[in-house]
Amino acid sequence: MLKKVVQNVKASMGIYQAREDMVYGLLAEYPNPGALVSAARKVHSSGYRHFDTHSPFPIHGMDRAMGLGQSKVGYLTLIGGISGLALATWLQWWTSAVDYPMNISGKPFFAIEPSIPIMFELTVLLAALVTVGGMLAMNGLPRPYNPLFYSRGFSRVTDDAFFLHIAASDSNFDLDETETLLKEAGATSIEVVHDHGYSEVYTL
Amino acid sequence: MRDSLRGSSLLMKFIDPLAPTKSDQYPFTSTPRGYTFTLLAGLTITLVSVFVGMNELFIEQFYFSYLIGWVFCLSISLGCLFIVLIKHLVRAEWIVSLRRIPEAASVSFPLLAILSIPVIISLFDPHGPYHHWTTEGIADPTSSHYDEIVAGKVAYLNIPFFLARIAFYFIAWTFVSSRLWRLSVLQDVTGDPHISVRLRHLSAWGLPLCAITTAFAGFDLLMTLDPHWFSTIFGVYFFAGAFLSAFCFTALTVAWLQRAGMLRGVVTAEHYHDLGKLMFGFVVFWAYIAFSQYMLIWYGGIPEETAWFKYRLQNGWETHSGILLFGHFIVPFIILLPRAIKRYATPLAIIAVWLLMMQWFDLHWQSMPVLHKEQAQFHWLDLSCWAGLFSLFVAAFLWRFSRHAIVCEGDPQLGKSLRFENV
Repeated sequence: MLKKVVQNVKASMGIYQAREDMVYGLLAEYPNPGALVSAARKVHSSGYRHFDTHSPFPIHGMDRAMGLGQSKVGYLTLIGGISGLALATWLQWWTSAVDYPMNISGKPFFAIEPSIPIMFELTVLLAALVTVGGMLAMNGLPRPYNPLFYSRGFSRVTDDAFFLHIAASDSNFDLDETETLLKEAGATSIEVVHDHGYSEVYTL
Repeated sequence: MRDSLRGSSLLMKFIDPLAPTKSDQYPFTSTPRGYTFTLLAGLTITLVSVFVGMNELFIEQFYFSYLIGWVFCLSISLGCLFIVLIKHLVRAEWIVSLRRIPEAASVSFPLLAILSIPVIISLFDPHGPYHHWTTEGIADPTSSHYDEIVAGKVAYLNIPFFLARIAFYFIAWTFVSSRLWRLSVLQDVTGDPHISVRLRHLSAWGLPLCAITTAFAGFDLLMTLDPHWFSTIFGVYFFAGAFLSAFCFTALTVAWLQRAGMLRGVVTAEHYHDLGKLMFGFVVFWAYIAFSQYMLIWYGGIPEETAWFKYRLQNGWETHSGILLFGHFIVPFIILLPRAIKRYATPLAIIAVWLLMMQWFDLHWQSMPVLHKEQAQFHWLDLSCWAGLFSLFVAAFLWRFSRHAIVCEGDPQLGKSLRFENV
């Protein structure tokens, strides 16, 4: 049960479990960004959810094609901001009025005026840190180990190649059917990626 | 295709320096009924306010009310000028499809100069809002009006120099804004991409010029109402309100134009989203500046500085200060936070109306406690002067706007703006 939950959470971060025969998934190459977008749209509408696209640069419209929906990181930002505000208010009150009250030119020990800069800064700081941290966590980053690195062709993804990867953990995954789908979507080459150090490559 | 533009007739020059140009692709399609009605209403309300207000009973109130209404229109015009200048300077793509709106609104300075006549008259009137420093003998130690603090500032605070400064501001703003307007419309007619470069060059020196003159206009028009008081950030505060109102004015106009069947498919949710983000950003900027001014004065606790806030925190003005804090910052901040609000015309237009009301309320809060120290109040003249002047401003804007293409169709960046998407 718990294992399943952990697997689902990891899958939402893009970290997929390999199948028992160590098949990690299918990696298909597409000739250009446009083909990749339409392939992503097709894969998503065929019901696949455990898949990802890889390209050397961001592609407009890819979020929508992959059916990713609105990023949830904004809610984390809000939580971070509110925590920062609360923390700063408490910090100002406790340090200046409780722990070490000091009379400075007759001003009240705790006043909202001089506290606002601290409240503002900590709100921004925590919101920003939680945004960056939350973004990394939701993307499953940093990720030094990824079975896709076993594919030799995949290294071109930072240069001039466009890939779509469907994970074997997807409930719709079937080696032959998925391969047909990727081929229909216009893939120029497809390879089966294994999770233990080798991959078989064949060109169509 | 012509490669130059004709000027309009002498009288009309005050409203639109250019003769109408034709647009096949993006014409103004609404009937002139809208702006004729606004014009008539504005004229009537302004004239009634002036005639009733110029009577001895209301004269002090009238000068203040008129000043607030006039500065309100001026601030929108200035804010729009800054939008255009910054757009050209940073080569912003997204705004090109709706740039014509702030552009057209920023050509209002000749009209505003005419409408400034009661403000100029008030300088010479002992009942005028500036009488604290315009009074005869204020710098003369033998006079009963002698004021030591104002006497120290008399090199700056005197009527001839004040008038010269105001004239200089208006000449500078008129020159920059009408040149931007002329080149932009010329680009529609000729399609010459090099005009974008000329616009950028103009903005490079136009922006600092307008920034300094706007800050000093804030000092001169509003801060000198209480000539003992001073705040160096006041000019930025004036700019913050102006810039925010300009985005609200633009968003509201776009929403109205789309309802009237124009700009459909040209301005999309993506553009609304950016306008909303900028409104949100400048709500925060306004609060940041307002608070910076307040906090330093609170910390310093010097009587000559705190007096200004003291007047605004007693006799009912504390309610106004509270409304300003919530209405100009906290409530719009929370409402504008979610993404969805910013992407739809109707909620954004409602917030824009609210924030424009708050800009007026802010100007009222800055000026009125000088007149009504004893009791916070609104006067019907506050409303009628504002309504009259703003109607005239809007009517002139619509008329000017309707004479040319409503989208900058000659701008080479237009295509990118139409396809613009927030990632």
